Amino acid sequence: MAAVDQAHLFTFLCRMGDNTLVLGHRVSEWCGHAPVLEEDIALANTALDLIGQTQMWLGLAAKVEGKDRTADDLAMLRDVWDFRNVLLVEQPNGDFGQTIMRQFLFDAWHLAMLTALTKSTNADVAAIAAKSVKEVQYHVERAGDTVIGLGDGTTESHQRMQKALDLLWPYVGEMFVPDPVDDAMAAAGIAPDLTDLRGDYDALVASVLAQATLKTPEGSFAHKGGKSGFQHSEHLGHLLTQMQWLQRAYPGASW
Amino acid sequence: MYAQMVKSEATQEDPEMLAAFQARIDAGEKIEPKDWMPAGYRKTLIRQIGQHAHSEIVGQLPEGNWITRAPTLERKAILLAKVQDEAGHGLYLYCAAETLGVTRDEMTEMLLDGRMKYSSIFNYPTLTWADMGAVGWLVDGAAIMNQVPLQRTSFGPYSRAMIRVCKEESFHQRQGYAVMMKMAQGTPAQKAMAQNALNRLWFPSLMMFGPSDADSTHSVQSMAWKIKMNTNDELRQKFVDQTVPQAEYLGLTVPDETLNWNAEKGGYDFAEPDWDEFFEVITGNGPCNTERLAARNKAWDDGKWVRDGLLAHAQKRKMRKVAAE
Ligand SMILES: [Fe+2]
Ligand SMILES: [Fe+2]
Repeated sequence: MAAVDQAHLFTFLCRMGDNTLVLGHRVSEWCGHAPVLEEDIALANTALDLIGQTQMWLGLAAKVEGKDRTADDLAMLRDVWDFRNVLLVEQPNGDFGQTIMRQFLFDAWHLAMLTALTKSTNADVAAIAAKSVKEVQYHVERAGDTVIGLGDGTTESHQRMQKALDLLWPYVGEMFVPDPVDDAMAAAGIAPDLTDLRGDYDALVASVLAQATLKTPEGSFAHKGGKSGFQHSEHLGHLLTQMQWLQRAYPGASW
Repeated sequence: MYAQMVKSEATQEDPEMLAAFQARIDAGEKIEPKDWMPAGYRKTLIRQIGQHAHSEIVGQLPEGNWITRAPTLERKAILLAKVQDEAGHGLYLYCAAETLGVTRDEMTEMLLDGRMKYSSIFNYPTLTWADMGAVGWLVDGAAIMNQVPLQRTSFGPYSRAMIRVCKEESFHQRQGYAVMMKMAQGTPAQKAMAQNALNRLWFPSLMMFGPSDADSTHSVQSMAWKIKMNTNDELRQKFVDQTVPQAEYLGLTVPDETLNWNAEKGGYDFAEPDWDEFFEVITGNGPCNTERLAARNKAWDDGKWVRDGLLAHAQKRKMRKVAAE
């Protein structure tokens, strides 16, 4: 197997870690403000899993980069254009329905991706995927059940969920569009061909949305620019002003 | 404490029943929800456990305030896990209170409209990262002082909830102290931040135990019923004696010029907090009362459609299942 370009591998690992970092941060914003105590606990749990996964992905990214940076350096000291997460995860929480819909649409991709990554030719990648996939299996079940419950709940909850789906659907496509980094990963057997994941994804999402009595939006338009880093949404910068505040304000301090 | 100024209810009941009940408590027996109990015992416990539960819930807010600004991934995970624990404590305590015949929703409504209280400490702001250390060290530390003896409280469900809670609280206190240590040994700015946090949170932490209740008839009744195990002053003294050496070890100064070791009593002499401020805080005039209650009300109001939606779905499923049978 061809030796993989380490810069590409670094980018791939940043994508995995930035997705979990940014989504974990978003979910943690709910802490203490959820609709019911059980949801406060469940959301904190999801955020904790995602932050733990971030430590593993960005830790490996830093090791591959070999420039003496740590996972924390990558999380706290890069600016917007160096982030490689998909646009979906940086979208604001909105109401609880929007948060849960975002979670489900990402989790379904995340599960398919991690499942494939457990068979990665890169042993470190396979090990992280094996650890994460169990957590994400649970996330997708929980988010899916909640989407179903709220979609098939009251008129108001149904309308809110449909609105959330319509809003977020254009951010789904970016997760499946391969670029040269993805091609290099697939060629080296490190990661799957992203287009291969779409079938399982569509089947799972269709089943959950049907049970939720929600209508999949027409059209295949997809926003892009997050995973390439070319053009994030304006939301990411504001997220970073909070997340990175202490490290930026007190450079070099140890916490 | 998490339950401050809980007035015990006077009870007018058959003296023989009361005496038999007291004898069970004196013998160290646990009272279980189905057992006979004086109305005053029940009412006082609902107030006390409810207030304790509400404190755990509102207590998520001052620490939740820093989750999105935690300085490292590890600190963020630890803080998130801690705040999640507090939500879990709220849940155990609401369950314990529910065994006395009041629902969680009823108690929540009473918190939200001000009929029930929560600990005064959570009406103070968290202004710097050092406050995350100080809260764990001082606030969880003070909570442990009260909750460890409450593991032996007479009401079974409360006692069992306290046993679970205490295991986690001591972990919180150690984590808080570890944050303080890091700051106290850090840069001059970090050290100043740590001292600043101690300056602001020392007296509010002492207030957590409530004003002196040595002469309070309510306390006497609660202590006889073993729903209060020590006087407020005893616990406060214990807390000061434990905490002052920890502050010294950190190289921080407790903001009390009168603080002095009293060899004769084997404890520190220390200044009382400003009790006028305390009464202002518990009647609604603390620095963050308005924000805390507004945040809880907003979460509850905004979440109504979610709770209603999930409930409606559960009912639909049940109907479908019945129809299918
Ligand atoms: Fe607690
Ligand atoms: Fe705690």
